[in-house]
Amino acid sequence: MRLEPIANPSLARTILPPAIAIAMTVVVASLLAMLAGANPFSVLGLILKGAFGSKFAALETLNRATPLIFTGLSVAVAFRARLWNIGAEAQLYAGALITVVLGTGALPWGAGALLPVLALGAMLAGALVLLVPALLKVRFGVDEVVTTLLFNFIFLLFISMLLEGPLKDPMGMGWPKSERLIAEARLPRMMEGLRLHWGFGLAIIAAAVVWVIQRRTTLGYEMRAVGLNRDAARFAGIAVNGVLIKTALLSGGLAALAGFSEVAGLKGNLTLDLSPGFGYTGIIVAMLALLNPLAVVAAALFVAGIFVGADSMSRAIGVPTYLADIMLATALLLMVLAILLTRFRVVRE
Amino acid sequence: MTGAEAAQVVLRLDRITKSFGKLVANDAVSLSLHRGEVIALLGENGAGKTTLMNILFGQYTADSGRVEVFGHDLPPGNPRAALDAGVGMVHQHFTLADNMTVLENVALGTVPLWRPRLDRAAVRAKIAGLAEDFRLAVDPDARVGTLTVGERQRVEILKALYREAKILILDEPTAVLTPQETDDLFATLRKAVALGLSIVFISHKLHEVMDISDRVVILRHGRLVGEMRTQDTDRHALAAAMVGAEVSAPKVAPATPGAALLRLGEVSTPDKGNAPGLKSVSLDLRAGQITGLAGVSGNGQAALADLIGGLCAPKTGQLDLDGQALARWSPRIAVQSGIARIPEDRHKTGTIADFNLTENAILESYHTPPMSKHGWMNWTRAEIATRDIITRYDVRCPGPETRIRLLSGGNMQKLILGRVLEAAPRIILANQPVRGLDIGAVNYVHSQLLEARARGAAVLLISEDLDEIMALSDVIHVISEGRLSPEFGRGTMAPADLGVWMAGHGFEEGLAHAS
Amino acid sequence: MDMLDILLSASFWAAAIRIASPLIFATLGELICERAGVLNLGIEGIMVAGAFAGWMAVYSGTGLWTGVLVAMVVGMMFGLIHSVLTVPFGLSQHVVGLGVTLLATSSTYYAYRLALPEVTSPPKITAFQPFEIPILSDIPLLGPALFAQTPMTYLAFVLVAVVALVLYCTPLGLALRAAGENPSAVAAQGLSVTGIRMGAVIVGSGFMAMGGAFLTMSAFDSFFFEMVNGRGWICIALVVFGAWKPGKALLGAVLFAAFDALQIRVQQTPLGADIPYQIFLMTPYVLSILALIAMSRRAEVPGALMVPFNKGER
Repeated sequence: MRLEPIANPSLARTILPPAIAIAMTVVVASLLAMLAGANPFSVLGLILKGAFGSKFAALETLNRATPLIFTGLSVAVAFRARLWNIGAEAQLYAGALITVVLGTGALPWGAGALLPVLALGAMLAGALVLLVPALLKVRFGVDEVVTTLLFNFIFLLFISMLLEGPLKDPMGMGWPKSERLIAEARLPRMMEGLRLHWGFGLAIIAAAVVWVIQRRTTLGYEMRAVGLNRDAARFAGIAVNGVLIKTALLSGGLAALAGFSEVAGLKGNLTLDLSPGFGYTGIIVAMLALLNPLAVVAAALFVAGIFVGADSMSRAIGVPTYLADIMLATALLLMVLAILLTRFRVVRE
Repeated sequence: MTGAEAAQVVLRLDRITKSFGKLVANDAVSLSLHRGEVIALLGENGAGKTTLMNILFGQYTADSGRVEVFGHDLPPGNPRAALDAGVGMVHQHFTLADNMTVLENVALGTVPLWRPRLDRAAVRAKIAGLAEDFRLAVDPDARVGTLTVGERQRVEILKALYREAKILILDEPTAVLTPQETDDLFATLRKAVALGLSIVFISHKLHEVMDISDRVVILRHGRLVGEMRTQDTDRHALAAAMVGAEVSAPKVAPATPGAALLRLGEVSTPDKGNAPGLKSVSLDLRAGQITGLAGVSGNGQAALADLIGGLCAPKTGQLDLDGQALARWSPRIAVQSGIARIPEDRHKTGTIADFNLTENAILESYHTPPMSKHGWMNWTRAEIATRDIITRYDVRCPGPETRIRLLSGGNMQKLILGRVLEAAPRIILANQPVRGLDIGAVNYVHSQLLEARARGAAVLLISEDLDEIMALSDVIHVISEGRLSPEFGRGTMAPADLGVWMAGHGFEEGLAHAS
Repeated sequence: MDMLDILLSASFWAAAIRIASPLIFATLGELICERAGVLNLGIEGIMVAGAFAGWMAVYSGTGLWTGVLVAMVVGMMFGLIHSVLTVPFGLSQHVVGLGVTLLATSSTYYAYRLALPEVTSPPKITAFQPFEIPILSDIPLLGPALFAQTPMTYLAFVLVAVVALVLYCTPLGLALRAAGENPSAVAAQGLSVTGIRMGAVIVGSGFMAMGGAFLTMSAFDSFFFEMVNGRGWICIALVVFGAWKPGKALLGAVLFAAFDALQIRVQQTPLGADIPYQIFLMTPYVLSILALIAMSRRAEVPGALMVPFNKGER
């Protein structure tokens, strides 16, 4: 077989493959539900209901989507420049770390001054964490996929060390967790009486800002050029390594905001289970969004919905929550294939 | 009837048709090849020669038509069947694994994959025999990456002969050879014919076709437009048949060279893998003059182009622009200094396939007003500028929003020309500017270069096509293994004389002469 | 205990070889994939799946070797998914690999929860036991270190030799290496690049799964979540460190495991007690990164690694 590019894909060509990919994901989930002895329709129904079926459920989904928007944006920015940042998890924890280091009383300021400093500090920390693999890549040609992956393990151990050492909450009854943030360091709720913090608002703003950077600035143009064809970009006079470093800083900073937002908006302190893999899930979010920053928001809501819905479904009828992870992995693999098929035709040769 | 026609027909193509989308690459092409015969398949770039041979070799499947080898139908789309039937192909772009030895490359795929052992001794013995019979000396244990281009081609031919090919297809085999290496190749081919092989020789070089072939078959726009015995024709007739009209070399008015705009003073650059760097090269690019750089591919042209294009800096020696020594050097500085760069590979370095025309048109100017200000893009201005280029350089496209991957090579090249010539550059680096273009686009590019010369620009034309170099250049240098020959004036050297330099001879005497 | 004593003790080297074994399987698997031109980031998830599948098979009553076979087949199935997407369709090997890791990990956890819904701690199986090879195991130091291991460790060493032999001395190995160096050379000789690459990824994935199975069936006797814990990523670094050669990769794995065994022992010394244990746990990952940096300059990367091959394009 051979792939032949399609010059002007028809509407059906553009819509059908992704639709089939989603349908097949649902079929896979149904089969797995049946394997667990459950009725697939009730499983899918419960997931939907658990995700968007009530105000409480919807708010839960929005809260869960918040860190995913940040990590999704982080990955989208990096992948767009073909910088394979798989280390959003470590960068997230770096952001959370700075938030608790500075937000537990070290800076006795009001919220108006403290929160921006925490956010910027978090971004800086995340940026620095990704800077190391990025420098190793441009200086020594070390593949950033493996280094960022390994950094996730190293950084989590580092956090664990701090939580059992200098950052340990003396009142924590021996649990490895940090002290709680002071009240001024907590992100307020977006609306009175609504359990949704300003982290979500910040995520939406971040998505818009990233979109503007990519579409309207020279840096965004450079990032896209470097991602699509490094040789041509270098030939044209773009400083490829410089662009990769800037991309790394932006990407790391965005992932770190997820850590800031989770600690300051939701949890109030740092523990080792702050992120159930938000960094890795960000890859799925970004790919489902085709690396488009605005679509990242929608993809994050979709992914968060599946997670929240699957939790609630699992509590109701006992089908393991890992069904959600399988659905997302399947959706990811089928979607990258579907996107290819919107642009290429398979020819038998 | 001559002997050749009476001989057995070994290969017959019957009404082969193949289209890619709207483009008909082959339109009902039929031809036959006899035992011991050399036919030349002649045609311009894009005439469908390579497609036809790829169908014969099973790499493409024809939409309709039949391939018959030694009286048996060849199943379509199966290179293995073609190989087994005795068809061997030497591709234009070598299909060799650089990190492996000659022996490994030759042995690849010649025994069933599930055999428990590869008998290296037997392979080595057979290679030695073939090398002897066909005068193809090459060290079987050398890594292919360390071989010269001519040696690599010998390995390609060995691969075919090793499989006992009876029909050899050679796709533009001389494009990468010096005139002397071409003679060696022809000697090998004559030897092969004497031993009963048949050969299809694809080329667009008329003198070679006249030299080696028994019969010429001419393709134009995918159609077979002529078939004649070589002895009954001449170069002019062939040229006319090939392009469909009498061709004339571009008329070049005498140059009025001015001051040296760019001067290389004993510049050396580091080698890059197999590609040699420059070895103490001195060169003046003068205003109002086209300097041609002849040479076999891979002899330092890339290093010189990278140097002038700003992609690498001299290791030793110096680079003077308008008599000023350059301290810092980068692609961006080169562009800002008024150097227009037409890159060798428009797909890989000249354009970004998934960018649209606008985004491609501003690749070198996006960071300056009016395309952007303080880091903010002005897409409206960028699009206006692009539309301007599209009109003035006759880029055929649906519009500036089109992704450039959908354009033909010629139109892509026109956009690049527009991009670099719009700024009225003083120095033009044209690296293989017409490779792979059809005759119309070739003429267009050449006329643009001549126009720039008339305007007073200094042009460096790098090409592997000696005919192109000799037609356009006011002065010629030859490059070989990173060394540069002295300057030769227009018409002072015959191709064969340049060939001596291309083969790397003459430098020692030349140096002795200089010192 | 003195450092020298540690390094000269048979038990230390026995532990190092044991720690190296799963890495050897998985590194070989990755090496086969990459030699054919495909980066397989599914490795981490495939190891998880292999660890579970082998253990679960034995827990359900099959023999130990059947369990190994089951693990291998499961790994090959994930390899099939990976190879279909990356070879004929030429999709991004990064994205597909991570997707396969997610898919393999989550399906494993799902299967675990379905198979053992009630348990709080996973059941144990009777794992492979050390087998002392007569005579050889009596050699001082070397004997107990090398020749008193479980059968799977012996298998790992045998596989290194087999893979090296196949790669360098058979027509198949020649074609596989060529597919990773320049696929058009393979196609021009009438061989199927798609077939060779897919085959390499599928077989390589089988090896990775065996590496996972070693953990549940030889090193331990039970399956835990997170038990692979980044070993797959370490193996990718080991392939680079071993310069894509089986012998060097073996050496790298043993060297790496020796460091790992050493940090475990230093941890138990009075000196080690003062250092946070996380520092020790970090060493394998840090070592991997250092190995990558050290090798970055002179690595002979297969020429067509991560370059998809599409017949129509040139």
